[in-house]
Amino acid sequence: MNIDFLQTPRGKLITFAVLGIVLAILPWVLTGGFENGKSWVRAVDFALLYIMLALGLNIVVGYAGLLDLGYIAFYAVGAYTYALLNSPHLQAMLPYWLHNPPFLLMLLIAAFAAGVFGLLLGTPVLKLRGDYLAIVTLGFGEIIRIFMNNLDRPVNLTNGPQGINNIERVHFLGLDFGRPVEWLGLTFDMVHLYYYLILAFCIVIIFVTLRLQHSRIGRAWVALREDEIAANAMGINIRNVKLLAFAMGASFGGVSGALFASFQGFVSPESFVLMESIMVLCMVVLGGMGHIPGVILGAIIVSITPEILRDVINPLQEGLFGKRVVDPENLRMLIFGLAMISIMLVRPEGLWPSKRRAREFHEHDEEARA
Amino acid sequence: MSTPLLEIQGIHKRFGGLHALNDVGLSINAGEIYGLIGPNGAGKTTLFNVLTGLYQPDEGRFHFDGHDLFRKKPFVVVRSGIARTFQNIRLFANMTALENVMVGQHVRTRSGVIGAIFRHPRARAEEAAIKQRARELLEYVGIARRHDDLARNLSYGDQRRLEIARALATRPKLLALDEPAAGMNPSETEGLKKLMQKIRDDGVTILLIEHDVKLMMGLCDRIAVLDYGKKIAEGRPEQVKCDPRVIEAYLGVAPE
Repeated sequence: MNIDFLQTPRGKLITFAVLGIVLAILPWVLTGGFENGKSWVRAVDFALLYIMLALGLNIVVGYAGLLDLGYIAFYAVGAYTYALLNSPHLQAMLPYWLHNPPFLLMLLIAAFAAGVFGLLLGTPVLKLRGDYLAIVTLGFGEIIRIFMNNLDRPVNLTNGPQGINNIERVHFLGLDFGRPVEWLGLTFDMVHLYYYLILAFCIVIIFVTLRLQHSRIGRAWVALREDEIAANAMGINIRNVKLLAFAMGASFGGVSGALFASFQGFVSPESFVLMESIMVLCMVVLGGMGHIPGVILGAIIVSITPEILRDVINPLQEGLFGKRVVDPENLRMLIFGLAMISIMLVRPEGLWPSKRRAREFHEHDEEARA
Repeated sequence: MSTPLLEIQGIHKRFGGLHALNDVGLSINAGEIYGLIGPNGAGKTTLFNVLTGLYQPDEGRFHFDGHDLFRKKPFVVVRSGIARTFQNIRLFANMTALENVMVGQHVRTRSGVIGAIFRHPRARAEEAAIKQRARELLEYVGIARRHDDLARNLSYGDQRRLEIARALATRPKLLALDEPAAGMNPSETEGLKKLMQKIRDDGVTILLIEHDVKLMMGLCDRIAVLDYGKKIAEGRPEQVKCDPRVIEAYLGVAPE
């Protein structure tokens, strides 16, 4: 790839135009080209949600260097916030003006709620680092999930393990995203409508992280990651900057969670297990910590690969052995684990690291050789 | 001379049973280069950490430029005008030299999340000013051509200079340097001395810890000597040099 060309204004324009066209027609190519195209579009929708999550976690882990193993909790908070305000479950108890808030306001509420939980997590762990921080955040993620599981008593808030059903789809710009729309001779199904909706918010989040990265705040986060004592001595208010990282990261998770709840129409604690937190962390690490394109790539690979494997493994097994020998779900995790290990061995900096991070790892090699 | 720029009295700092600073008091006047010497483990760096807010003293008074800084957080201390460097260099290793100095200006700038996301004119102007000033400071300490290199890749002497530039970026009134000449060869030390004099001439007071006695004697206006957490002498370099308690602290019992 010719990087210099991409740097010129014309190169940038062409790249973005091509990318825009590809993204715009992607769902139609998928539905037109594959038998089960709709489930592929669905998978892409989820990939977009994961991109948002990975970018949020990237702020905490990639920029500020705070290892968070319970990130999925914020996704859960966003999803449940949306679910509670947009389903019949609690509406008998909530005041009328809280029912089905306008969509954008709803997203703000979800982001805010998740941000508050980010602060709740951030405050007690201000002095922790590394392994200790990881353990506490892991516990936090589990606490949130267990709360969701058990808050059906004494007051039925979350409906326990059954989860919340009948969540309203998004109503936005006069569209009901739960119903197919005919436009320009094309039928926009729910998966298509949500594709464009989630894509739009994904772009917003990419834009926000890009802007944050090259700002006073972004630099303070990186300084914090590099050397907390020096950052402290340079007059950076460590407490505020850390809490801001937790809250910003969490609010991205909240937005993603709200979109997830509305898209799925159903939330339950099962969607927010520890494995999900680890998956999102894998996306960040695999793609290239702190590098936005890398993180996006990581999110796409980690979320789409299992779908591809699912479609490949079963026919393959049937072709080879005439029957299904291994449950594809298990095999998937095995292959996935092996892939992660080999990537960490061969390219510890991630698949698409920032130039700087690549340099960092590369130098170690040179030192070792010398 | 009117009131001193920095004044501490009766500072105590204990770590468990270790009385690291025992009733230390000193005052530094604006515009001087003030040296702090003492044998290893005398409490110099502890005093530094107290003066820059990294450690909270147990007792005492700490006034700087009209602010009471007793037990204040580091960012408050830096905001009121004290900046420091570290004995073992603590740069942001994987940031470029320019970025290191830009981080130094954090405390003197305001842009928050909103400014970062929307880049309104004020935020834009501030960002440009930060970059401009960072360039100037790198120029000032003499490492402008390395601005795009990662801090970790700079030579040892350049890293020392970069740390000074980063500290100057906070616009300090008092610059506290913890053994800036450690590990430098004589010509590098000479260059550093010139740099410190230039900084002082530009109106920044300097507090200096250093083992290089020759450098200290030629550079400092006044020197304080710490031993076992106590100040045992203070005065002009030539006075301190002849003080029997200082000789005792460094060489053992003074000759009869």
